[in-house]
Amino acid sequence: MRLLFGTLFGLAIAAFVGLGLTYYALAHGTSFGGLSIESWTAWPKTGTVDADPYARASIARTGRLPTAMGDGVSFSLKSDDEGKSLDGRCEVVVSGITPVARFWTLTLYNSDGGLVANSTNRYGFTSQEIVRRSDGSFEVVVAPRANSGNWLPTGGVERYELVLRLYDTAVGVSTKAGREVPMPDVATRSCP
Amino acid sequence: MIRWLLLILGGALLGGIVHLASVIILPRTATQDAYARLAPMAPVNSVMALPAPTPEKAVMPFMDPAFASAVCVYDLSKGPLKLTVPVSPAYTSVSFYTRNNVAYYAINDRAAGRRVIELDLMTTAQHEQVPEDEEITAADRLIVESPTPTGIIAIRAMATEPSLIRVAESTVAASRCAAQAEPARPRK
Repeated sequence: MRLLFGTLFGLAIAAFVGLGLTYYALAHGTSFGGLSIESWTAWPKTGTVDADPYARASIARTGRLPTAMGDGVSFSLKSDDEGKSLDGRCEVVVSGITPVARFWTLTLYNSDGGLVANSTNRYGFTSQEIVRRSDGSFEVVVAPRANSGNWLPTGGVERYELVLRLYDTAVGVSTKAGREVPMPDVATRSCP
Repeated sequence: MIRWLLLILGGALLGGIVHLASVIILPRTATQDAYARLAPMAPVNSVMALPAPTPEKAVMPFMDPAFASAVCVYDLSKGPLKLTVPVSPAYTSVSFYTRNNVAYYAINDRAAGRRVIELDLMTTAQHEQVPEDEEITAADRLIVESPTPTGIIAIRAMATEPSLIRVAESTVAASRCAAQAEPARPRK
């Protein structure tokens, strides 16, 4: 009886620890080989056949098709440069320049990877339509209320994620974080 | 006391194995992955345009709204596939995914270097059947090997401004993905 109870106890711990770890790893997007530049993170290997089991499981769970290597690289951002989670009720400024790419897009998603409804039907910017300063840098204001310039509406959602996709770029598996790959700065300007 | 500690330790070790096993098995059991979403709605071996993502509805999460996209869910069991994608003015790319949604190849308009991206998709076994001399005479014929007999081809064309989305849509709509007219002849 003691043996049976002990075995069940051990197995219950195994199931709890094992499945709990799996859930945690997938919910937090844990994967190896991430490329972090400032607050932006990309997983270039996820778009290749060398994708690790965690990346494969995460792809299967979310139901997305990853950006393939040879097409581009996608960087995601969940918090600003000070580590504060992106909040759709605040005004967040994304400014600077991007790594060299033929085209890029900056898109705002909710935590499930869906677009966020707003009055102007704007879900992101492309490199061609953005208004730049004379030195080529740009500034995007991500805010719930209308702003002059490049305004990316948040619809007032609490949590969101920004995805910067570089298409036809040299940034990839062999890229190391450093000065040759500049990413835009992200700062929370004001919160109600 | 020691007995319980040992049980907890053993359980935790076993938990590690459960964790690794579940991560590896998950892609095979997923019911909501991209392939499972697309396969019921897309006809096999032909191009189907995907509706643009909106806040209410999107076929897949994390779709780029600046792109018009189409998919070809393929099955190579009956023979190789021929893919033709015209190039749009801005940016066009074709990405290949296995049955398990792993990207194994991608090409864009610049890498293709011409007005039309043209290629043949086949399994490794079918590639071996292609006579070598034919491969040489058709040197400009791009052959892509699929690691799995089924999978997804994603065709995407960029609209650099919202007003250009129609142009991008017509590009992906003009793409063709079809079984090859004549099956590859066996090697002599």
